[in-house]
Amino acid sequence: MKLRRLLTMTAASLLLSLSTAAMAAETIKVGVLHSLSGTMAISETTLKDTVLMMIEEQNKKGGLLGKKLEAVVVDPASNWPLFAEKTRELLSKEKVDVIFGCWTSVSRKSVLPVIEELNGLLFYPVQYEGEESSKNVFYTGAAPNQQAIPAVDYLMNEIGVERWVLAGTDYVYPRTTNKILEAYLKAKGVSDSDIMINYTPFGHSDWQGIVSDVKKFGSTGKQTAVVSTINGDANIPFYKELGNQGISAEDIPVVAFSVGEEELSGLDTKPLVGHLAAWNYFQSVESDENTAFIKQWKAFIKDDKRVTNDPMEATFIGFNMWAKAVEKAGTTDVDSVESAIIGITSPNLTGGTAVMNKNHHLSKPVLIGEIQNDGQFEVVWETDGVVPGDAWSDFLPGSMDIVADWVPPIKCGNFNAKTAKCSGQNF
Amino acid sequence: MFSAVNLVSRYQICRWLFIFLISISVPMEVASASEGLAQSGKQLTIVKLSKVAGVLDEMEQQGGDEVLPIFEAMLVGDLYFVKADKTLVIVVERNPDDESVTVSNAFHAEELLNFGKAELKKVRVNNKLRRILRSKIAALTLSSSDPDIRESAVNNMLQNLDDENIQLLTSAKLTETSTAIIEKIDLALTIALLDSADDEERLVAIDLLRGVVEPVVRNKLQSLVEKDSQGKYLEENRSIVYASQSALQQIDRKLRVYGFIERVFFGLSLGSVLLLAAIGLSITFGVMGVINMAHGELIMLGAYTTYVIQQQFPNHIGISVFVAIPAAFIVCGLVGVAIERGVIQFLKGRPLETLLATFGISLILQQTVRTIFSPLNRQVSTPDWMSGALQINPGLAITYNRLYIFIFSLLVFFLLLLVMKRTALGLYVRAVSQNRDMAMALGIRSNWVDAMTFGLGSGIAGVAGVALSQLTNVGPNLGQAYIIDSFMVVVFGGVGSLWGTLVAAFSLGMFSKFMEPVTGTVLAQICVLVFIVLFIQKRPRGLFPQQGRASES
Repeated sequence: MKLRRLLTMTAASLLLSLSTAAMAAETIKVGVLHSLSGTMAISETTLKDTVLMMIEEQNKKGGLLGKKLEAVVVDPASNWPLFAEKTRELLSKEKVDVIFGCWTSVSRKSVLPVIEELNGLLFYPVQYEGEESSKNVFYTGAAPNQQAIPAVDYLMNEIGVERWVLAGTDYVYPRTTNKILEAYLKAKGVSDSDIMINYTPFGHSDWQGIVSDVKKFGSTGKQTAVVSTINGDANIPFYKELGNQGISAEDIPVVAFSVGEEELSGLDTKPLVGHLAAWNYFQSVESDENTAFIKQWKAFIKDDKRVTNDPMEATFIGFNMWAKAVEKAGTTDVDSVESAIIGITSPNLTGGTAVMNKNHHLSKPVLIGEIQNDGQFEVVWETDGVVPGDAWSDFLPGSMDIVADWVPPIKCGNFNAKTAKCSGQNF
Repeated sequence: MFSAVNLVSRYQICRWLFIFLISISVPMEVASASEGLAQSGKQLTIVKLSKVAGVLDEMEQQGGDEVLPIFEAMLVGDLYFVKADKTLVIVVERNPDDESVTVSNAFHAEELLNFGKAELKKVRVNNKLRRILRSKIAALTLSSSDPDIRESAVNNMLQNLDDENIQLLTSAKLTETSTAIIEKIDLALTIALLDSADDEERLVAIDLLRGVVEPVVRNKLQSLVEKDSQGKYLEENRSIVYASQSALQQIDRKLRVYGFIERVFFGLSLGSVLLLAAIGLSITFGVMGVINMAHGELIMLGAYTTYVIQQQFPNHIGISVFVAIPAAFIVCGLVGVAIERGVIQFLKGRPLETLLATFGISLILQQTVRTIFSPLNRQVSTPDWMSGALQINPGLAITYNRLYIFIFSLLVFFLLLLVMKRTALGLYVRAVSQNRDMAMALGIRSNWVDAMTFGLGSGIAGVAGVALSQLTNVGPNLGQAYIIDSFMVVVFGGVGSLWGTLVAAFSLGMFSKFMEPVTGTVLAQICVLVFIVLFIQKRPRGLFPQQGRASES
């Protein structure tokens, strides 16, 4: 029985490779640049599977421009310099028409020079710190004004938070985000003594001192909240320590920007219940598109327990927009797709429509969810309409006057609106 | 047994009957209290989250004590409603086999129903509502028969001392029997006195609150010494300002002392983790001289053993930890013996090769775990007796998991000391490590002793893994986080000295925890490393160098 299955599978894969070889000239190549090994494999493997699912779906519909799509999957192995090498390989050797990839900001920064040099096309699906707009990159995740700022607004206006702990892992995303948040809070009249900033190394597990400091900071009678840019698995010991020291989400809520369904799946969420996360998508949102997507995903991955998350939605939107733009342009040529994609819309999974803006960022709704016992989020607040992604923060002195606009006549990723000059330094 | 379908249809009939009754009673405007309650209960399922608080007020007025189970269920997220007809139900049991849920009607607890998961929807709550619910429950449970519930009700009211709560507390004091709770109520009433119109009373209250470290007290007193924008005190009566200031000083002095004690405990706790991680290495590296880069992975294997054991006893998490300790010792001990027999014994006297070989082993072990258990972190549950904190007083609490691990690390240390000093194996180990040839000449099977020693060190690493599984994430990279720390402790303490390892672990723990508030976590780690580098320059053999002839070879 097993042998037979193995045989049929080999035969099938042989056939597949034969047929792909035969059609090689007729396919559109899609590069997938996500780590399949190393520390980031946990998160990025899911996105690789999402792209493969989207490609399969598109091929079922007959492909694009009459050609089938073909995935070229490479493994940059959570190694930042390797991301640049693999991009070069995808663009010059494999000659892919588009790349979906990267997760951490540092991997994206490593890819940028290569993708600009070889004029490639990258769709980046993860929330990030902003301060960037490259001609060759489309950012389908949230910019700080689509995640961090609305989250702070929610805490300030709905919960009445007056004292703020900005806790993060020590690297570029938390540092930049916290800089923006600090400037934003001060602009809102929060005094220095009401802001506490704390950085910890990757994978930190000894939170007792910090949690005790947070507890003292929060016991002055003013409502306190923690805005957490703590990365990955350091979160679990952090929440556990909060629980052990008797701090509940009602006393000091924690709003996190990197904790999603995937990170919570299979965990004991008891100590996390009531804490918050800000995203543009939650699996629990009820809409027809979302139900269909979840069903499709579970069927594709052949596991009923798998969850969906925000970067998956961003990949979904990015892929659909690219497909539409290719059809509109009638070619996969990078420059034509780049100008065709601006203004293209695609349905969000949460209902509503995402638009690709001139600055290569999306307009998306922002949702705040509370963690539930089952590892899912319950939406407790959302923005009235969609929020357009802002590449250059309006709250940092250096980037206040800067806009990104890739439509003629400006056609610049770093355009100073005051001096009307394009600096050309897009990242 | 009734079948689910049967129950539902019976229920449907009841419901129609109920609606029918309501439709008769409403025109006559004689709706009883509980029907009104059911009506506003239904509102819970319809209105926006921001309006729910109003509905809760309404329910409290209509229902009185009746709403208590509903509020309690809502607080813990067990309050659902039937999608079809918006009836409120409380989850009694979730049946994981067929994805169904047994629920009771929120207004008739005896009425049990069965629904599929998809037929029910949770009544939404957020933190704000949870807080409101908690204070409403507090007011309702102040007269509960369980003293623990009463105490948590009083504690809750302490955070929110409005006139209504003060009245409730005053009347509750008359019937209260537990002295601890009476003290709490007295405290609450004293705090309330600070707002009294009579300045004499306020001064007395301030005097009574001297040195009480309850955060509420401190905040209340702080508000009495606040200044306005011109630098003038908001409080007009100067003597009250001065009294509050001196009371605050006293409180702050106490808090500083507690803060110091807490820091010391944090240091000891970090030290105990370091000790556990390093103590196995102090045997393999310290006594045998093997540079074992796979030591961290042996710790990881111990943590995974805990995970596997917990999978075997999913209903006895509390006991599984005790089973995991010997299991991890045996598993890791055997792996250790296998490593020694398979690789290290052939590389005797070649430290560089040993280092590379054991580094290779560490990668193999990591990848094996990745293949078997997936690269994702595994969830090891914490037993109930290890969660929470020992509340010594309002200003000082010690978390149980850290406390137990501190005790456990000392236990392991002294047990190991006993083995080394009082058993035949310990004697052999010491003999071989001091002079192998002489020991062999006296008839000790040095190969066997090597294997046993390495197994002992590895087994203890496994035991450390059990403890660490309670503190940190159990994943394939667990070991890497501790290998550098372990070597640091052993080298700092003096290679080959168990007592040195103990002292080194605790002093490094203290050092880094007292650095942390000054420099931040990242810099504190760097400071520790720099400190050790400088220390080794001065005393290359560590804190407690081995004495005698053995040290010279």
